[in-house]
Amino acid sequence: MSMLERSILAAAFSIAAGLAVAADTPQLGQPISEADLAAWDISVGPNGVGLPAGKGTVAQGEAVYAAKCQACHGEKGAGRPNDVLVGGFDSLPGDKPALKTVGSFWPYPTTFFDYVRRAMPWTSPKTLTNDEVYAVAAYVFSLNGIIKADEVMDAQTLPKVRMPNRDGFTPFPRSPKVD
Amino acid sequence: MARKDNKPDGDLTPAAGNGILNRRLFLERTLMAGAGGIALGASGASAEPLTNPKWTMEPGAPFNPYGKPSRYEDKTVRQFAAPANPATPGVGSSRTPHHLLDGMITPNSLHFERSHGGVPDIDPQQHRLVIHGLVKKPLSFTMEALSRYPMTSRVSFIECGGNSGGLSAPAAAPLNVQGIHGLLSCAEWTGVKLSTLLDEAGVDPAAKWILAEGADSQSVSRSIPLAKALDDVLVCLYQNGERIRPENGYPVRLLVPGYSGNMNIKWLRRIKLVDAPIMTKDETSKYTILLPTGKAWQFVFPLEVKSTITRPSPGLDLKGPGFYEISGLAWSGNGKIVKVEVSADGGKSWAPAALQEPVLSKALTRFRAPWNWNGGPAILQSRATDDTGMVQPSRAQIIAERGLRGAYHFNVIQSWNVDEKGVLANVHA
Ligand code: HEC
Repeated sequence: MSMLERSILAAAFSIAAGLAVAADTPQLGQPISEADLAAWDISVGPNGVGLPAGKGTVAQGEAVYAAKCQACHGEKGAGRPNDVLVGGFDSLPGDKPALKTVGSFWPYPTTFFDYVRRAMPWTSPKTLTNDEVYAVAAYVFSLNGIIKADEVMDAQTLPKVRMPNRDGFTPFPRSPKVD
Repeated sequence: MARKDNKPDGDLTPAAGNGILNRRLFLERTLMAGAGGIALGASGASAEPLTNPKWTMEPGAPFNPYGKPSRYEDKTVRQFAAPANPATPGVGSSRTPHHLLDGMITPNSLHFERSHGGVPDIDPQQHRLVIHGLVKKPLSFTMEALSRYPMTSRVSFIECGGNSGGLSAPAAAPLNVQGIHGLLSCAEWTGVKLSTLLDEAGVDPAAKWILAEGADSQSVSRSIPLAKALDDVLVCLYQNGERIRPENGYPVRLLVPGYSGNMNIKWLRRIKLVDAPIMTKDETSKYTILLPTGKAWQFVFPLEVKSTITRPSPGLDLKGPGFYEISGLAWSGNGKIVKVEVSADGGKSWAPAALQEPVLSKALTRFRAPWNWNGGPAILQSRATDDTGMVQPSRAQIIAERGLRGAYHFNVIQSWNVDEKGVLANVHA
């Protein structure tokens, strides 16, 4: 092939590429609607976007907890054999071992919903109803004295819960900054 | 290259106290020969006379479809503790036996494992990777489709954010290199650039982060800055040439080079583009560093410069005075290793170790230094420097910076004590 032929061919190629959208990559993904992937879209950020319909009370949560959580997290979230879920306030400053719990350490209430819905109970994750997740959140928050015994958790109330350690985090100074 | 002191490179003048020799002693053999040859630790007794063992006098085993190590190497295995709760056996980790390995690559069967909900048994035909959120066009990829994309390979270490956390114990624990640094491995990872897939989905300018999520029972998820995702993150299908092992994310995992291990999401099923981090359990409750003030560092991404001596090390005791090669690993999540120094006198004096080629960014680097043990007490240490100029800190420096409770990303200089019997032990020095 001569240099001229080669450059004509190259020009023809780039015109063809210009017609298709980003034709320089394989484009082998299939379009999918947000509705069709909703079953996987289970993340809930601090602003509460992604919280489903449903609600739960502290009393309902106590029953869920006793049946589905207590065996691993102890009575009233006291822990053992797995993580303690309650208390540890005032253990963060200093140099003694800290007790980092949902109550003392977690900055956002939404993390609890996000995590328990996807990961707990450990042996049968993703089996709780949304009402059950709201209820057990209400119960664990109330055990920590963060909400009152008569408060109801739902998509509106849960993200507004103010966690005691809300301002306890600062970005690692030597990570690249995200603006 | 001529030495400034005009001494031949093969000479035995110590390069640092307590018997550390010039790093060029064995690596540059031609120079050594020029120095007229040297005798180090030659033992007086003659070798046994030789006979033909039976494997030279009968045919060996036939072929087999998938190889495994020699049966004499059955101690070269991952180590793991029993779960705190017998009802949750898949929570925890298994550790790479670095004291029994050499080179920079971790064999797939020995790559460390960390999982929060066991290893899923994923059918690649049914598995999908979806990209959605702040994109023009949400996309779903089959594994077959992903494997048709242009591939990129890179050698990269993965290190759990909790690796070496044992060194934060106030009193030095009786651990070996596997127990301390075993949540670290290095492989050649091959896959599709995440940037290619994100470009195809069309990134909305409002997107600042991605959420990456696994298909394991815990659906482990992490927020990663979009800038990093577009930089060097790979959607990996292959590990050291073969499809990724189940415990390391089969059929597809993220490689987030140099960043905290937990972010390298295994069994990847979903990437959501978002404008702010999701604040998942593993970026709030865990993998954050609690400071003495009571505040905690969050989004602790790069694994900063670290090194350790893998041989000699506890369990590989010295067999009498004489020559030993000090061999170890150095790495940095911020770039390349440019220097490793070793000490045999607890950090009073240091000499440079030789760096084994290739030295790659965000990969394990093997270092070597010759040592003539005089049979007396010694404390072996290594100290690495990366190409950002960062020097591996002492334990005292880290304690001054963050106390002892911030056990994640604990990259302190670590010490092996050698006693007169040649027995090695982890110490704080
Ligand atoms: C079979 C035992 C088991 C049961 C039952 C169980 N959990 Fe867990 N839970 C665990 C384990 C194990 C972990 C740690 C997982 C890890 O390491 O990532 C955990 C972690 C947690 C955490 C994170 C704690 C922290 O501080 O990081 C929360 C919150 C939690 N579980 C809530 C629940 C709730 C609510 C239920 C009931 C709906 C429940 N768990 C049922 C075993 C269990």
